[in-house]
Amino acid sequence: MSETIQDPHGQDPEAAEGEDALLQLPLDAWHRARGGRMVPFAGYEMPVQYEGIMAEHLWVREHAGLFDVSHMGQLSFSGEGVEAALEALMPADIQAARPSHPVYSLLMAENGGILDDLMLTRRDDGSVYMVVNGACKWDDIAHFREFLPDEIGMNHMEDHALLALQGPEAATALERVIPGVSALVFMQGAAFGWQGHELWISRSGYTGEDGFEISVPAEAAAALADALTAQPEVKPIGLGARDSLRLEADLPLYGHDLDTETTPVSAQLGFALKKRRREEGGFPGHARIMLEREQGPILKRVGLVVEGRQPVREGGLVLDAEGNEVGKVTSGGFAPTLQQPIAMAYVPAASAEPGTKITLAQRGKIHSAEVVKMPFVAHKYVRKGA
Amino acid sequence: MSRYFTEDHEWIDVDGDTATVGITDYAQSQLGDIVFVETPDEGKEVSKGDDAAVVESVKAASDVYAPVSGTVIEGNEALADNPALVNEDPEGEGWFFKLTLSDPSELESLMNDSAYQDYVSKL
Repeated sequence: MSETIQDPHGQDPEAAEGEDALLQLPLDAWHRARGGRMVPFAGYEMPVQYEGIMAEHLWVREHAGLFDVSHMGQLSFSGEGVEAALEALMPADIQAARPSHPVYSLLMAENGGILDDLMLTRRDDGSVYMVVNGACKWDDIAHFREFLPDEIGMNHMEDHALLALQGPEAATALERVIPGVSALVFMQGAAFGWQGHELWISRSGYTGEDGFEISVPAEAAAALADALTAQPEVKPIGLGARDSLRLEADLPLYGHDLDTETTPVSAQLGFALKKRRREEGGFPGHARIMLEREQGPILKRVGLVVEGRQPVREGGLVLDAEGNEVGKVTSGGFAPTLQQPIAMAYVPAASAEPGTKITLAQRGKIHSAEVVKMPFVAHKYVRKGA
Repeated sequence: MSRYFTEDHEWIDVDGDTATVGITDYAQSQLGDIVFVETPDEGKEVSKGDDAAVVESVKAASDVYAPVSGTVIEGNEALADNPALVNEDPEGEGWFFKLTLSDPSELESLMNDSAYQDYVSKL
């Protein structure tokens, strides 16, 4: 396989989890200069907040927030038959995907579990651009190295940063800096030039708001972040608010709501299992997933509103009437938009209907919750014709 | 009245054999937006270092330890309706609970204000 993967830091990704081995991303100094509180995240030092999670969360819901998500892995695949080669590892219908339109997919394990969730985009030059989770990227890269045929090249774009501009005023602000971007609709991307640099921008994100994700060469990242935060609508936002926003928007987080023990069916990600691929198979876990689709999963991922004000967080238990553990909370917190605790949990399929009362246990205390329809906060994506 | 501090960022105001406990301004600034506080019930016996209260920010739950041993005489009911009081006035209206000291000599191991400020400045 021809590949250009290099880890310039020469570090084992496992070792990068230790405090001493934390890596720094292109905007590290930029965040610190703006008062970002840096914490270890996915092996990097990343800003968890600036002025406070609550204020930042509400700012994004009303205006626009700039997130640095450069810890995520940006990969580019090329070579004859790249679509089919990637399809052997995931259930996306890449061959039918429209160029420049990002597609959500799942890197699958043989047992039907999920190795990572990701976005991939076919580009006009025949390559496939992919964004994978920061905490998984080294494992993903090893996986691709092992399972892609030699003729497929893979480039880990470590020389690029990734910014996300999210919120109802994101398009207004970004259009001023990069004219033409507002012509994109949700889940559409294009290349743009900015100060001599080539950017890849897609109208997408992970907050439930309208917004954009911007892949930018690392050397231009700070200048672009400056240009964006110079807009009155835009403030820098930390990963703390990103987590509460994505939870309100019913967007699962890998390593929490999704992992190798959860399947796409129980995670309610059936939309990622494309029809042709379901019928033809040819991706890891196909047999188990088809069986689970027919018989129904044992557990389903649902949204919960928790009574009272105390959040029930990841690791909280779902109990049946006899007090037996029958499920678990995978994400939970206080929802700033709703001003109440919410959670995502896996519950027995029979208890997954909205309106069902659920009993939770956390640190020896019992909490009552109710299954609700997700998303908790309506999505505001800008779709074609809207 | 004397005020003492712990390395876990609790403060304790001592007046005779009763004391008021809360978390410091430094602690609330580290926690961020506080959305829930669970205070101990009246009559609860706590030993120095026991979990005595829970404070939850948007992001995480944290235990608050009893800085000294004693019997809880009151939890701050105002925090149930307005947990943000801990952010707004951590070393005043945002107190957590009051207790009757069972062993005042335990206070000797705590820091005074200047020692605590010195401790925080090195974190």
